[in-house]
Amino acid sequence: MSRLLSEQEYRKTKAFKVKRWYRGDKDPYIGRVELRPQKPFEEDVNTQKKRIHDEAILQRNIYDIEHNRKLMMFSKFYKVISVLFVFTLIGILLYMVSYLPPVGNAANPDNNEVATKYIEDAMKDTGAVNIVTGMILDYRAFDTLGESNVLFIATCTVLILLRVDSRSKKKEEEENDRLYEPKNDIILQKVAFFLVPMIIIFGIYVILNGHLSPGGGFSGGAIIGSGLILYVNAFGFKKIERFFTQKTYKWICFVALLFYCLAKTYSFYCGAHHLETGIPLGTPGDILSSGLILPLNICVGMVVACTMYAFYAMFRKGGF
Amino acid sequence: MKVFQVVLFIFLIVCAISVSFSKNLLNSIIIFMSYSLIMSIIWILLESPDLAITEAAVGAGITSILFFVTLKKIHAIVAVEHDEEKAGHHRHDRKGGAK
Repeated sequence: MSRLLSEQEYRKTKAFKVKRWYRGDKDPYIGRVELRPQKPFEEDVNTQKKRIHDEAILQRNIYDIEHNRKLMMFSKFYKVISVLFVFTLIGILLYMVSYLPPVGNAANPDNNEVATKYIEDAMKDTGAVNIVTGMILDYRAFDTLGESNVLFIATCTVLILLRVDSRSKKKEEEENDRLYEPKNDIILQKVAFFLVPMIIIFGIYVILNGHLSPGGGFSGGAIIGSGLILYVNAFGFKKIERFFTQKTYKWICFVALLFYCLAKTYSFYCGAHHLETGIPLGTPGDILSSGLILPLNICVGMVVACTMYAFYAMFRKGGF
Repeated sequence: MKVFQVVLFIFLIVCAISVSFSKNLLNSIIIFMSYSLIMSIIWILLESPDLAITEAAVGAGITSILFFVTLKKIHAIVAVEHDEEKAGHHRHDRKGGAK
């Protein structure tokens, strides 16, 4: 805040207004728009009688299929036409299938120079032994950025649909079954005690070896997410909130997506010349090889793991 | 190996049909889960282990869990001990089933 302006003058500036709007101190509608509380729906006896009468007429004259010839004709016509339509569609599709080239034929149009280029040059270009990861995180990395963002947006949508407002929580507590949790099932807890660390370590292994062996960010993240879900089921939400809260989710997603964005959109800022990253590819087969693929795998894995756990938490209790 | 593959495909088709014909929602989710498991084995036989791992984790694991949670939310699964706590409640004789 500038000391040169007095408090009164500062309140008139744009900066103050923007700040006030950002903090949500002032509701712009209060005092300007007439607010009327909504009335409960009431219906007096006459309109109710009229409505029932109208419905009866409607039922008798229109929906009475046995006596309404027009409607009867239409429903029969509709059934016949729908069956005909479906069979025509099936026929067209089967007819088109007969035009498809045979599976595995060397002269098929999908057996072109793109696949050959990927199979021959992928290891040299990306340094990844697992060509699939090399493809999705190097050649097609921009697609994967979109997929990670789709996951994040899906979480936001679920949050909008299923979030339980903290003010209305008291009311729902009575009928909500998760209040009796954790049920402290001794078998589940003992099994989870051994399984959860192994599942999470296996997930980390799959993520870190994404460029060497089958797997990668998405599958490893899903494995870690299911480990977290098992942990929640066994020990309850109180235990997991010691290390995983909404804040953790926000920061992990933010940092991972931002890093991914910056790492993969740099060529746009440089005028779409494909500049070299300068990161050495290393010897194929080492953990620290293949340039940016390993950090990008870690980013995707973290976003996916957080998303899977967030889905479960929001379905279960409407929040983290 | 060929015979094994054919058996798996038959299982897959049977699962896919019985998911839609099962009257009990809980049963159809469990059948759906087994469908995903068979599918992940088939992915391995088709030499794409990447997809097999993802299918096992997402299809058989997380999707089914989310389905179970949704069924519980809409009170389609009623826990047995829940009934015992509220003796005399109208849900008394329904247990573990889904409508």
